[in-house]
Amino acid sequence: MDIYSFLIQLLNGLQYGLLLFLVASGLTLIFGIMGIINLAHGSFYMIGAYMAFTLSSLTGSLFVAVVLGIVLSVVLGIFLEWALFSHLYHRDHLEQVLLTYGLILVFEELRSLIVGNDVHGVNVPAILNWSLPLTDTLSYPVYRLFISAVCIVLAVLLYLLIKRTRLGMMIRAGASNREMVQALGLNINLVYRLVFALGVALAAFAGMIAAPVSSVYPGMGTGVLIICFVVVVIGGIGSIWGALVAALLIGLADTFGKVLLPEAAGVVVYLLMAAILLWRPEGLFRRV
Amino acid sequence: MTRNRTALAVVVAMLALFPFAGATFYTELVTKVMILAIFALSLDLLVGYTGLVSFGHAAYFGIGAYVLGLMAPKYEAASLWLTLPLAVVAAGVAALAVGVFVVRAKGIYFIMVTLAFAQMFYFVFHDTAFGRGSDGVSMNFKPAAEIAGTAIFDFANVTHTYYFVFALLVLVFVFLRLLLRSAFGRALQGIRSNEHRMRSLGFPVYFYKLASFTLAGALAGLAGYLSAMQFGYVSPELLSWHQSGNVLLMLILGGLGSLYGAVVGAFAFVALQEIFQSLTKHWQLLLGGTIVLLVIFLPGGLSSVAGRFRRSVVGEPEDDRG
Amino acid sequence: MSAEAILATRDLSRRFGGLMANTNVAIELRRGQVHAVLGPNGAGKTTLINLLSGDLRASSGTIRYKGRDITRYSPDRRSRIGIGRSYQKTNIFPGFTAFENCRLAAQSRTPRVLAILSDALGYEPVCAAARRALDAAGLAARAEQTASALSHGEQRQLEIAMVLATRPEVLLLDEPLAGMGAEEATRMVELLRKLAPDHAILLVEHDMDAVFAVADLITVMVNGQVLESGPPAQIRGSAAVRAAYLGDDEGST
Repeated sequence: MDIYSFLIQLLNGLQYGLLLFLVASGLTLIFGIMGIINLAHGSFYMIGAYMAFTLSSLTGSLFVAVVLGIVLSVVLGIFLEWALFSHLYHRDHLEQVLLTYGLILVFEELRSLIVGNDVHGVNVPAILNWSLPLTDTLSYPVYRLFISAVCIVLAVLLYLLIKRTRLGMMIRAGASNREMVQALGLNINLVYRLVFALGVALAAFAGMIAAPVSSVYPGMGTGVLIICFVVVVIGGIGSIWGALVAALLIGLADTFGKVLLPEAAGVVVYLLMAAILLWRPEGLFRRV
Repeated sequence: MTRNRTALAVVVAMLALFPFAGATFYTELVTKVMILAIFALSLDLLVGYTGLVSFGHAAYFGIGAYVLGLMAPKYEAASLWLTLPLAVVAAGVAALAVGVFVVRAKGIYFIMVTLAFAQMFYFVFHDTAFGRGSDGVSMNFKPAAEIAGTAIFDFANVTHTYYFVFALLVLVFVFLRLLLRSAFGRALQGIRSNEHRMRSLGFPVYFYKLASFTLAGALAGLAGYLSAMQFGYVSPELLSWHQSGNVLLMLILGGLGSLYGAVVGAFAFVALQEIFQSLTKHWQLLLGGTIVLLVIFLPGGLSSVAGRFRRSVVGEPEDDRG
Repeated sequence: MSAEAILATRDLSRRFGGLMANTNVAIELRRGQVHAVLGPNGAGKTTLINLLSGDLRASSGTIRYKGRDITRYSPDRRSRIGIGRSYQKTNIFPGFTAFENCRLAAQSRTPRVLAILSDALGYEPVCAAARRALDAAGLAARAEQTASALSHGEQRQLEIAMVLATRPEVLLLDEPLAGMGAEEATRMVELLRKLAPDHAILLVEHDMDAVFAVADLITVMVNGQVLESGPPAQIRGSAAVRAAYLGDDEGST
């Protein structure tokens, strides 16, 4: 592989990894803060992608679709937390797993009912639809760089939110001691609702911006969910930093795996997980 | 206790006589349910008695099935005596290999890694030439069970298959019953009750968990083999997370904490599935919605209803813990 | 009574981030001796017991058992070589009977993992050991009661019975009298007196009367360090100890 092909795969791997990080950060936030394992998290990614498809077809603009989509996903998140997830806080893992498994089935069938099971494409917005030339024959799509850039910006914003704002402080405090946070007069229910909505929005947003690149297809939710699980397991639960490192690792491993070992590509990620688990059973990073 | 025994005897008798009462379709359906009951029992050992919630148990079911699928020759029948034990061993070995990695994981980690490893196996069968890909494998012949040239069972015969599966179900049930009363089985239940104290008392908890995980995988492999035998076809979907989720659902429907629960749950699940499928092609929406409502609206969880259901069907659950 | 220390620590320390929960603790346990550890809240007593039982890993220092370095041993391994521990917060199997709690504890000595088809209740040596342990702890009458249905005091007794069922040489007892009424406490102290000759006992307790009644040796800890160590009379007369307890009520938690 020459240097330019390598560069392209590297950029692809990083972009995939950054998208994974966005989704995984939502998952790990929800688990780290509220102790809920949400199997339906991948469905939010799928919902985001399908929203991007339908809304951009309606409005003619992906940007408008994304803005609308973010609003809708926050509303969805708040609704779901209020209606369903708030019941799960003191339930055991098995019940959480089952309820969210049931949710996956519901979301998948609803999607099937509403938009069908076809694979769809979403057009890259015109202003981003060009490529950066690397050599005479190779160039790299700017939209993919845009995705990576957006993810990096969000990662930084997330970091600032958690470390530097009062909300972030409440989030971190809520993670360790729910009763104490309540005793301090902070509205824990509101915090949880916002965190959940944030998690949903992150996953949906990732689905939305990924849509032009990955297409919109039925299995995309569970596909990304399981990879996100691998990210969280490798990175360590509750650690945003760990999720970033792990996501990049996986993005690169998967991308290069597909190129170098096409038949084993699907398995590479899991072998990586197995190797890391053997070395560090609790993941690369402990809880933040 | 006596009420329990009577109920059990009635149920066993009903199952034993069923092929004479029902049409072929129903005999095949109940065979399928009994196979799922073995699958659910295997997971019950892990979840209900060791306290390890695995969301990747379908992998071992699928591996058992694929052993038959991949070993079945094109132009003649595979030997039952060879392929069945091999399926159980292969599934057990796979479970042991995965167990070494995952058994140290706690709580939700464990759920996630078991799912991830199951997905890995799914991809092995879905993507590789070895696994024959997403179309799956069809078998032209049912396995042959011969001794000195004479066929003992003819698995093309629905009734033979039914009784073979029934016998294995009874065998697995009795085996687990005995196992749970043994020192090893009680240690597993101790781990479920208070793992920390078990360690503090001197039990090497890791090995117990690993053994439970391996045994559960081997038994799941048995169920998978029987499934492949019944349908004559295997596909990667046998290892899907849907399958893993469904078998967990069976346990919850039937109620954790008793072996009957696994069997009852398998029946309940298939019944629900049949009902929903007859109502709409979007039956998974009904199933998913039912699961969500069940978890939300039952205070104290599903085992309370399952407990009531179970008590009305088979009497008071027997305390397996002395 | 052996003069050789059966369990000894040297420079035992444990840090949590910036906090030194235990600093350079040296403690020795001898067979036939009750060694009590006292100290105000936050003194590091629970950390010490956790370090000895293996529930916590030492940051530095060594622990030796019969001359063997066991600093890196897991909790279950320590139990198997003869170090038993009871917990301050009752740590039993709530859904099992008191008998089964002890039987399981006793089973740890003869695991019999391969006897998968025979009922463990039929194995008499383990069952007998369980009954002896229940007897010793005074719970024989309540053997068939589900553990969660026992009174608090009875659960504390069960806590001890379980450790006894593992036939340890060293007993690490974390506030065995916690939450007990006067009568139950007296019975527990009697039990400790009975156990003393055959075991090396480490006793972490807040109940001063009990401690001074039963201890052969007292170590006082403050802020994770050993302040003073010696026979009860010495500790009772020590000005340094009194100063450490200023502001702390005597005999309360």
